[in-house]
Amino acid sequence: MAWEIYRRVRRFWKRDAWDDERRRELDAYLEAETDKNIARGLAEREARFAAQRKLGNAALVREEIRQMNSLGFFETTWQDVRYGLRQLRLNPGFAIAAVLSLALGIGANTAIFQLLDAVRMRTLPVSHPEELLQVKIDQPHGRTGSFITRYPAMTYPQWEQIRANQQAFSGMLAWAPWPFNIAESGQVQNAQGIWVSGDFFNVLAVPPAMGRVFSSADDTPGCSNAGAVISYSFWQQHFGGDPNIIGKEIHVSHRAFPIIGVTPATFYGVEVGHTYQLALPLCAEPLVIPPSNGPGTILTSRDTWWLTLVGRLKPGWTAERASAQLRTISPQVFRETLPQDFEGSPKDIEHYLGYKLGAFPGATGNSDLRQNYQDPLTLLLSLAGLVLLIACGNLTNLLLARASARQKEMAVRMAIGASRGRLVQQLIAESLLLSVVGAAFGILLAEWLSAFLVSFLSTQKRPLFVDLPLDWRMFAFTAGLAITTCVLFGLAPALRATNASPGSTLKAAGRGNTAGRERFSLRRALVLAQVALSLVLVTGAILFARSLGRVMTVNAGFTQDRVVLADVDYTRANIAPPQRVAFQLDLLRRVRSIPGVVAAASNSIVPITGSSWNQNVLYDPLSTDSPGETNINEVSTDYFRTMNIALIAGRDFNEHDVVGSPMAAIVNQKFASKFFWGKNPIGNHFSLQKMSVKDNVSLEIIGLVADTKYDDMHTEPPPLVFLAMTQDPKQDSDASIMVRSSIPLDEITPAITGTLRGFNPDIEFSVLRTMVQQSLLGDRLMAMLSGFFGALAALLATVGVYGVISYMVARRGGEFGIRMALGASQGAIMRIVLREAGWVVGLGIVVGAALALAGAQQAKAMLYGITPYDPVTLVLSVAALAAIAFVASYIPALRASHLDPVTALREE
Amino acid sequence: MPKKGNAPMDGELLQGTLDLLILQTLALGPSHGHTIAYAIERRSDDVLQVEHGSLYPALHRLEDRGWIAGFWGTSENNRKARYYRLTPKGRKQLAAQTGRWEEIVRAIGRILRPAAE
Repeated sequence: MAWEIYRRVRRFWKRDAWDDERRRELDAYLEAETDKNIARGLAEREARFAAQRKLGNAALVREEIRQMNSLGFFETTWQDVRYGLRQLRLNPGFAIAAVLSLALGIGANTAIFQLLDAVRMRTLPVSHPEELLQVKIDQPHGRTGSFITRYPAMTYPQWEQIRANQQAFSGMLAWAPWPFNIAESGQVQNAQGIWVSGDFFNVLAVPPAMGRVFSSADDTPGCSNAGAVISYSFWQQHFGGDPNIIGKEIHVSHRAFPIIGVTPATFYGVEVGHTYQLALPLCAEPLVIPPSNGPGTILTSRDTWWLTLVGRLKPGWTAERASAQLRTISPQVFRETLPQDFEGSPKDIEHYLGYKLGAFPGATGNSDLRQNYQDPLTLLLSLAGLVLLIACGNLTNLLLARASARQKEMAVRMAIGASRGRLVQQLIAESLLLSVVGAAFGILLAEWLSAFLVSFLSTQKRPLFVDLPLDWRMFAFTAGLAITTCVLFGLAPALRATNASPGSTLKAAGRGNTAGRERFSLRRALVLAQVALSLVLVTGAILFARSLGRVMTVNAGFTQDRVVLADVDYTRANIAPPQRVAFQLDLLRRVRSIPGVVAAASNSIVPITGSSWNQNVLYDPLSTDSPGETNINEVSTDYFRTMNIALIAGRDFNEHDVVGSPMAAIVNQKFASKFFWGKNPIGNHFSLQKMSVKDNVSLEIIGLVADTKYDDMHTEPPPLVFLAMTQDPKQDSDASIMVRSSIPLDEITPAITGTLRGFNPDIEFSVLRTMVQQSLLGDRLMAMLSGFFGALAALLATVGVYGVISYMVARRGGEFGIRMALGASQGAIMRIVLREAGWVVGLGIVVGAALALAGAQQAKAMLYGITPYDPVTLVLSVAALAAIAFVASYIPALRASHLDPVTALREE
Repeated sequence: MPKKGNAPMDGELLQGTLDLLILQTLALGPSHGHTIAYAIERRSDDVLQVEHGSLYPALHRLEDRGWIAGFWGTSENNRKARYYRLTPKGRKQLAAQTGRWEEIVRAIGRILRPAAE
């Protein structure tokens, strides 16, 4: 093999000398043959010609030999590239248009692919991520309790049990994301924190870049001297890369933690889409999160779901075997961790004990980004693909036009001995050059675009971090795109340009009235496809825009104007739990007294933030049979006035609803219609399952309010029960207070801060409207990008229609000249052109409408308040496309009708 | 129209046959392209018409494989000409290819005989 390569290369270098030798050898033949012919009696001239005929095409022979000595592909490719560059330089307008449209198409595809790849396929930045498995409940439906993190898979007691009993893993870790308030006082400043078990870094095999990482000794119950591990980027940004960082302190919820280590720059955590800044051991949880809701902490709570469990498989174990082992320990794990609340509720106990643990692939970590954006990004990638196809359509058309212009050139080259394959190769090389340059610009564009998308999806409280390296996956994708597009737009014109016998082409020499007919139909098919595809994209754009419009203007049932949420954490005021209700009422009183505050009220579940609380409804506190679930919110007096929610019947909570008085509930209309068949429910009683079992509480309905959206703008208002904050003695040491103001919010927030300064609280303000808007980021992403793609597609299709109709007008100039000479009016000529355009565009629209209807089905789950078959959308998009297509063909039609018959005929 | 590919000989000769014929011609002694072309025509009683130009790529290929060696000499008409002679490697190749050729001819003959009757 190596010898063969050596020989080839040697031949390559010597080929010029050899070619010279071949020339002399062939000359020698001619002389010998001429001599022979002369000897046979021919005249010298005749003799030489006869010799040449006998030998055949000497140039071809030499070329053939030269070919044997060349490095084939590389050499001809290099020639072709140089030739292609020359061609493009001669035609800069075409080159710029082609590169620009390819760069846009390839760039958009690459950017979306990068994001999709990062959130969907990329593995965690740790060694051997494929060995990592997530341990969770196989069918986790019907869990009850509090779900307090983004990934609430397990409780802490379950973690302890599983860790103690599992055999499949060489090590296990537990972690949970948590915002750590690192401000030393005043306004809350949240760092992206994670709670981690002691073995977290060891199981992941992440070594410290500085200092040390946690060991199991750092995570022992009641750890009072816990340290903190910080990420490399946090070290750089927050501490300016201080080389003496180890041993310095960082405050989390006003408690100092010494920094014991920094992790390497490549490690962003185990959550794709967010980078961790600060890690604390799980055992420090009681130090940071103040105990609430009675005895115990989150660490002992059996119904607080917040942890993600990951194990590293022992050598030789498989995921199936690990799952099997986890199933065998499941009964014990769940028996030992049964929530106390279930006493007396055999159905709940049975359900809980029936859970089975399983091991699931964990190499790609957790990602709410994946959950939220995988489907939208996949859809967007296909939309971007369609845009690229349309762009290819335009390039094909342009190249086809050039192909017919160059047919004569090709014919000449074939006549003097070029093979068709060689010419096709050369033309393809030209296309490849375009697509490679387009792809190069596309990558630049993609870098910018993906960074823009990441920042678009980031919110102030939840900055996104997506690792988007320029790696082989991205380059492979882009290279694949470039080659595919090149074949798509380059092959047909190349075949066309070379598909003619040189003789007839050269003879036809410009008289192309009828010869172009067949060629023209390919162009028409292309434009038809472009119109169809861009109709699909325009329809998608309008669908998503209308969907966004609906979800943004939908009546949530509460006001969003001038409402600000103040999260007041008064842990440092050290209020004992029994006094907290009174304290919160005092807080509210002070806030309400601020000039400009219209109304203020506290609530436990802030709407549209994704948090929710639900329980089973019981008609009889002693029964265990539930007619269904309801959502719950715990609010103070005036909540409905603050949020502008209509009180339809009954009364609001008041100062008489206190601990010990009969339990009151206010329900919404959905609740009334679901559980009381639409009758006025005031005065009726019901219970909530978990509360009822222990406390035997019966709730009296004292008020009926209008329906409101609960945790998500996209879902219909659910049944909802409001409980009185003043009747719940278990209060946390924080309050979330909704404030409606009559003055601008940036004036009211300093006033609130000032008024409450005496309690030394940590206050975090969020504007309700902003929170609602941020819950619609996905909708905005879809509307924005599909709008961008739709506009791009429409533009490309316009160019396509214009180009083909102009070409048609140019080709049929002679015909139009004759028609006009024979008396056809300008209007008649215009009608011919427009009819022609109308056919193509009309057919394209029909095909496109069918495709759009089929494609819209894919978007169904991402649409709000609008069906995929929305007739208004379809009418709008058809009208829009028809209008631009009309304009695009009207201009060439106008040009055709103003042709001077004499000039047109002469040009012919 | 240009000739597509390299048709080595007029008539439909099996690929590689031209190589064999050249080797056989050179087995009788060194000669140059012109003589080789005529020798093949003459010795086949003009049945095999070689397009003389197509001989040269074949010569080049054989030389590259080391079966024949080229050198410049003076022709019978006192002109410079590039002569070729068989190398020992080429002689072995000739024997092998001749054997194979005869085998093929016999095989084809066996197939055709019944049809000829």
